[in-house]
Amino acid sequence: MSEVKLFRTWSSPYALRIVWALELKGIDYETIFEDLSNKSQLLLQYNPVHKKVPVLVHNGKVISESLVIIEYIEDTWKDTPLLPEDPYERATARFWAKFNDDKLLPSIWQVFVTQGKEQEEAIPVATENLSFIEEDLKGKKFFGGQTIGLVDITIGWMANLISVFIEITGINLIDADKFPLLFGWMQNFSDVPVIKESWPPHDKLVIKFRAIRESYLSADVPK
Amino acid sequence: MAKSDVKLLGAWPSPFVNRVQIALNLKSVDYEFQEEKFDNKSELLLKSNPVHKKVPVLIHNDKPICESLIIVQYLDEVWTSGPSILPSDPYDRATARFWAAYVDDKWFPLLKELRTTEGEEAKAEISKKLKEGLVLLEEAFIKCSKGKGFFGGERIGYLDIVFGSFLGWLKAVEKIAGLKLVGELVTPGLAAWAERFCSHEAVKGVIPETDRLVELAKIIQARLKAQSAPK
Repeated sequence: MSEVKLFRTWSSPYALRIVWALELKGIDYETIFEDLSNKSQLLLQYNPVHKKVPVLVHNGKVISESLVIIEYIEDTWKDTPLLPEDPYERATARFWAKFNDDKLLPSIWQVFVTQGKEQEEAIPVATENLSFIEEDLKGKKFFGGQTIGLVDITIGWMANLISVFIEITGINLIDADKFPLLFGWMQNFSDVPVIKESWPPHDKLVIKFRAIRESYLSADVPK
Repeated sequence: MAKSDVKLLGAWPSPFVNRVQIALNLKSVDYEFQEEKFDNKSELLLKSNPVHKKVPVLIHNDKPICESLIIVQYLDEVWTSGPSILPSDPYDRATARFWAAYVDDKWFPLLKELRTTEGEEAKAEISKKLKEGLVLLEEAFIKCSKGKGFFGGERIGYLDIVFGSFLGWLKAVEKIAGLKLVGELVTPGLAAWAERFCSHEAVKGVIPETDRLVELAKIIQARLKAQSAPK
């Protein structure tokens, strides 16, 4: 009987991907919610280098950094593989997962936490990144093919948060005309039962992210 | 595999390219190297890596693989008859991947910053952070090596290649900034490991000579200053 604990926040895109990985593989786990403004002693002990969530503890072994955690889950629990078998396809999946974390997510975040000229300049950067991953969906229902995989759960935060961002800022980055494949994918992804069941509540997300955007904007020094 | 099946688009001073070269050497893979210029990228590079337009890019049987860490894992998964690069135990793999991400995302950017920083106080501040990082990496070395000579144990592994590929620039920046970062007092494990790594046959001749990198840094710095000089 293995013991799996996941330290996370209820809303973070990095945490959700781990929840989805565990749920898809049918792994039993305990969730410990962290308040990032008041981190627990246990979290600081488990992740002294970054002091961040998510952190996975498996039979006392601590793993941190979300993509490292997913690879660990994939290496340890072989059911419902998240990565394809072919090495070239695996490399491609890893490429897009990294692209999300290094470029795509930060560029969309940049649109969300800015306004005026800064926001205007951020939009084309996000749009270009979206057009890159739109390409990868050609001929596929999910990034993983017929079933969801690593890239879907890594980028899946978009299906969850884009509608929240639209509600707060009025800006829709994933227009159905401009990005028909991504638009369709967001719907298909949200409909997968395991994903649907773990969706954080929309209203709660709007409140939280509205407050975050406000704090970024009020920190802005007028130029 | 025929030499023409494997092509590496790279640049001699890039540590990210160096790590792919080391991995290819470890696996005894014959490959063709195409040197890319930063200010005049080839059509092949732009076509193979349209998203980032950067080296290294490995082209295997006409299919491109980008991002150095992903390339190294790809090599490990395809050339299974050669020595393993990643450890076999899932937790050891996670540990290697964790520190690889740390080195790339947190530690190396500081080293790059130190290379172009002027002023003793500013340099001291960055080198303090770098040294703190090296203390963490020393602990990681002790944990991962399990008493042997490399992060990978008896043989060179993933984290050796990832961190080791920065040793050229580490020595160059020490020279440029006029300070020592890795030393026998605080990080004895890493100091000995660095010697061992650089003299490994898969590594020799890949990591550029310190003086060559110092010269290049001077040229880059001069170019940057000329570009931002008041006209």
